[in-house]
Amino acid sequence: MSSMWAIVRRDLLLGLRQRGEILQHLFFFLLVIVLFPLGTRPEPAMLLAVGPALIWMAVLLSAMLSLQRLFRPELEDGSLEQCLLSPVPLPLVVLSKVTAHWLASGLIYILASPLIALLLGVPGPAIPVIMVALALGTPTLGLVGAIGVALTLGLPRAGLLLSLLIFPLFVPVLIFGAGAMNAAITGLEFRGPLLMLAAMLVLSVTLAPLATAAALRISLE
Amino acid sequence: MYRWFHQLGSPPYFYRLARRLEPRLAIAALLLIAWGVYGGLVKAPPDYQQGEAFRIIYVHVPSAWLSLFVYTAMAVAGAVALVWRMKLAEVFVTAAAPLGAAFTFLALVTGSIWGKPMWGTWWVWDARLTSELILLFLYLGVIALNAAIEDRRSAARACALLALVGVINVPIVHYSVEWWNTLHQGPTITRFDRPAMAPEMLWPLLWCALGFNFLFFWLQLPRMRYELLQREARSRWVARELGSE
Repeated sequence: MSSMWAIVRRDLLLGLRQRGEILQHLFFFLLVIVLFPLGTRPEPAMLLAVGPALIWMAVLLSAMLSLQRLFRPELEDGSLEQCLLSPVPLPLVVLSKVTAHWLASGLIYILASPLIALLLGVPGPAIPVIMVALALGTPTLGLVGAIGVALTLGLPRAGLLLSLLIFPLFVPVLIFGAGAMNAAITGLEFRGPLLMLAAMLVLSVTLAPLATAAALRISLE
Repeated sequence: MYRWFHQLGSPPYFYRLARRLEPRLAIAALLLIAWGVYGGLVKAPPDYQQGEAFRIIYVHVPSAWLSLFVYTAMAVAGAVALVWRMKLAEVFVTAAAPLGAAFTFLALVTGSIWGKPMWGTWWVWDARLTSELILLFLYLGVIALNAAIEDRRSAARACALLALVGVINVPIVHYSVEWWNTLHQGPTITRFDRPAMAPEMLWPLLWCALGFNFLFFWLQLPRMRYELLQREARSRWVARELGSE
């Protein structure tokens, strides 16, 4: 437990020292959403209809970009191999690294989402649902994405391959995440999809670190 | 049984066994498919709703079944490869992925050709169609990962892990897509009430499906053999096998 905390603290500190990178992800996220209405007529009804999908698309794209940095610095300075050798169970290391990564990158999407909701004209009562959906969905993206990152770790140009591997796995999160937002915007029952998101989060917290650890051992052996 | 499993794990034993099995599988596959196609295209009566157009079912449904069967087989082989480090299971995973992708593609294409006259459109965002399409992307991911990693051994193990992760995801994707579609709009044209099939229509379909299964193994075994030859090109048994020909 204490080693978990140490890893989270170390990664968070490193993340906070490079504030520019966090801001760049935020700008990327905002830009994707701002550019979309420019490609069509910004009618409120249409923006509301595509809004949830748009938010999730922006989250998926910027999560893809930020996930590539998940293990790479540690791979380059060799500390990842030390983690493999250390007595701390590797799945725990993975879990704490993903947690730190989510605190440094996933949290900004949630904090930025009320602003986005205003840009897209989402009615006020739906905004908390959007934030909860993002809070439940983005950790799952990080956990599942970590498997793909670990599998493509040693490869020189992993970016495109990574998206091919993990986007199909993101489908359920996209469906239920956008489903909850759509239901909240149209005033329907939104608890169902939120509970599904929570269920997927529980499932991926338990299984994904094991798979990621196995994948790390394969790509570093 | 246990001994047989052990023997099967040895590449030279498998190589010889596969070579003996291949012609028999070919005959079984061709006979079954020919019989099924004859029964389906010539003997079965036209459908009372769909007329002659339903006959594409004899290609469409077997390939759709195979697309799922191959992925499940890949995941099982992947688990065996990861747990017992069995070489043949690794080879099975990487050799099966392109075949599975081909069956998935075939199912999608024939489905879309069937859909045009029946539903009036090439593509519907129906749950089954969408999850089949995502299955195709999962296959392509395995193929791309296998191609990207230089070392054959770790490429195969990475693919095995990916197949295993994918197989957990396939049911989730399927049910979430189904849920999504029912939330989005009720099935209007896609779920025509399928009449319980007449036996003279059903039997050829089952023969075709069985034939497709044999077809898969007939195509799979040489792929596995070639991969083994490539992997073990330096070993003595390869020299003996190839020298004796």
